[in-house]
Amino acid sequence: MKHWWKILAVILVLYTIIFGFLIEVPALPILHESIRNLFFHVTMWFSMIILCGVSWVYSIMFLNTGKTDHDIIASESANVGIMFGSIGILTGMIWANFTWGAPWVNDPKLNGAAITMLIYLAYFVLRNSMDEEQKRAKVSSLYNIFAFILLIVFLYILPRMTDSLHPGNGGNGTFSDLDIDNTMRTVFYPAIIGWTLIGVWFLTLRVRIKKLSYQRETELINNNI
Amino acid sequence: MKLLKSLTVLSLFLISRIVSAQPSEIEMADAMLESGKIYVVIAVLCTVFVGLVVYAIMIDRKLSKLEKKVNEK
Repeated sequence: MKHWWKILAVILVLYTIIFGFLIEVPALPILHESIRNLFFHVTMWFSMIILCGVSWVYSIMFLNTGKTDHDIIASESANVGIMFGSIGILTGMIWANFTWGAPWVNDPKLNGAAITMLIYLAYFVLRNSMDEEQKRAKVSSLYNIFAFILLIVFLYILPRMTDSLHPGNGGNGTFSDLDIDNTMRTVFYPAIIGWTLIGVWFLTLRVRIKKLSYQRETELINNNI
Repeated sequence: MKLLKSLTVLSLFLISRIVSAQPSEIEMADAMLESGKIYVVIAVLCTVFVGLVVYAIMIDRKLSKLEKKVNEK
């Protein structure tokens, strides 16, 4: 049964949807029921960071081994990560509109997220600007290593050093008992695993498509020679 | 009479405990939960998600077939 993790992903997300609405959540001012967005908005960012981390690891592995497969996984993983990041930004804007009064406020975490997305978009622009495969893979792998470090800086380090509207920034610890209680954790952690596995599923689909087209390209080149 | 007095004091104490234990007036979707209508939302979301999963499974299978075809050649 090699598809067990896909089944696990679906079960975990279904569990998230069902219990994300049913469990008791702390009654907090301003947030009200929207605190349940934790299971859907925050998990998008966790998935994005895990997938970008995978991309980072494979970029380093590519530089060590020079295998094209590693470069394919690195680029596709960043792609799925950015998909999650875009959903994270959009859902965050909806949530912010109702709790902070505007879809975009000058919060260091929001601006950091925007810069991170631009950094990764530049990664794809960089990739597409080069035709030669080995060169493209090498240059973009190097860039990707710095991109992920900047992601950590912009999303985790800088917002903690100033005041942010996001919990867990500007001095207070993330997920302290003020933010979420243990009942919410029983849904939050499975939700992270579930959404991330869904992302990994999409990643494998993209990698397989890329490998097929890559195979086809090399066949065509060999036939021409 | 003494018993009645102490009972009154005790019940007043209990009532005050219950009242103070009530959550503050922060509005939550309690009505939605009580009427059971929240289950409608859950059912809709589950359907949407299962639909997307079925679609992903179909793409997955199509891709497997294509891989087989290409690798046979």
